[in-house]
Amino acid sequence: MLALYLREIRLGIRAGSGAMTGILFFLAVVAVIPFGVGPDLNLLARIGPAVLWIGALLASLLGLDRLFQADREDGSLDLLLMAGSRHMVALTVFTKCLAHWTTAVLPLALITPLLGIFMNVPPGGLAAATLTLLVGTPAITFIGAVGAALTVALPRGGLLVSVLILPLTIPVLIFGVAASRGAVAEPDPFLPPFLLLSALTLFFAVIGPLAAALALRGAAD
Amino acid sequence: MRLAAENLSGERGGETVFSGVSFALGQSETLLVTGPNGAGKSTLLRIIAGLLPVAKGHVAFSGGGEIFPDAGAACHYLGHLNGMKPALSIEENLVFWRDFLGEERLSPLEALEIVGLGEIAHLPFGYLSTGQRRRTAIARLLVSYRPVWLLDEPTAGLDRASEAQFAEVMRAHLSAGGIIVAATHLPLGLEGTQELKMGAGN
Repeated sequence: MLALYLREIRLGIRAGSGAMTGILFFLAVVAVIPFGVGPDLNLLARIGPAVLWIGALLASLLGLDRLFQADREDGSLDLLLMAGSRHMVALTVFTKCLAHWTTAVLPLALITPLLGIFMNVPPGGLAAATLTLLVGTPAITFIGAVGAALTVALPRGGLLVSVLILPLTIPVLIFGVAASRGAVAEPDPFLPPFLLLSALTLFFAVIGPLAAALALRGAAD
Repeated sequence: MRLAAENLSGERGGETVFSGVSFALGQSETLLVTGPNGAGKSTLLRIIAGLLPVAKGHVAFSGGGEIFPDAGAACHYLGHLNGMKPALSIEENLVFWRDFLGEERLSPLEALEIVGLGEIAHLPFGYLSTGQRRRTAIARLLVSYRPVWLLDEPTAGLDRASEAQFAEVMRAHLSAGGIIVAATHLPLGLEGTQELKMGAGN
């Protein structure tokens, strides 16, 4: 499994991967909001966490469709599935998700403090947004794996994956934004939505890979 | 070790492509699957590998012990696609498959020496020609051990010298007690093989 993780990381950071696309998209979304909303600093600070979360959510959907498709196109997927008695397929999917998250989504969370400054988010809010993104975005990747597995045989499944999984990511978004706002805006609480967010991630970390493994098994042809 | 199929049928997209296929292979035995395009050769191999569901009949692999409990676990599958990443070097690709598949045999460099790619192991897989890619995929069979090799047009894209080399590799596998099931149009240079003609009345 470590071998698979390292291979995916290598593929993720080498040329031809979409890791940078997500960051640039995130940057573009957050950078244009202040121009559209206008220079009302209070308003920007109020909607800041939400904008950061929406930007990160959409950016992390980019490239998800390639999660299994690339492996299918070069035949690796067959071999990964055949090794099912040695490495449970769900575990293989979990590892791939983790590697995808490390190369494509983790950078988004790491540049959040920088982008938050555009939105006039106070330091406490920056820390909270980064922390909630770190905890919440894995859930999006795990949900996304199910969509990616379902559409693995479709050549232009990219948009379909996003449409399929977007409804499922709404709870993650709600609790993520609620927790980041709760950190700065009294009297909203921080801990309850944050714990729910963590629970969602743990829940989808189990359900997502299992469902994706089933979908991949079914999609074999 | 024994690989057997009994009265096997295969489907592709809801249509039966072949039915009533039976064979039994013991150690050091080879089955050549021949027949016209569309006769179901690849489907048969994918069913044995467990990648496609069995429509009727069954496939059984026995004698593999705990390490190889079923046919899927006991098989190396060399399909039309090579299963290598263009962005990684040849050696990185093989190191990954050795670590992931387990049951290490040769080191990636030794395996590449055998298929004649030892000197360019550092090149990205994407830079290689069709024949060299195929030889890299063949090297994968050597870095980790599986008793059964399922080969789908294994020599596609290989030149004469590489074909002879590959025949040598297959003979070594057979003499070590391995089993080979190969779908092919070309003679593979092996002696004493069973043949399964598909698309001819069944």
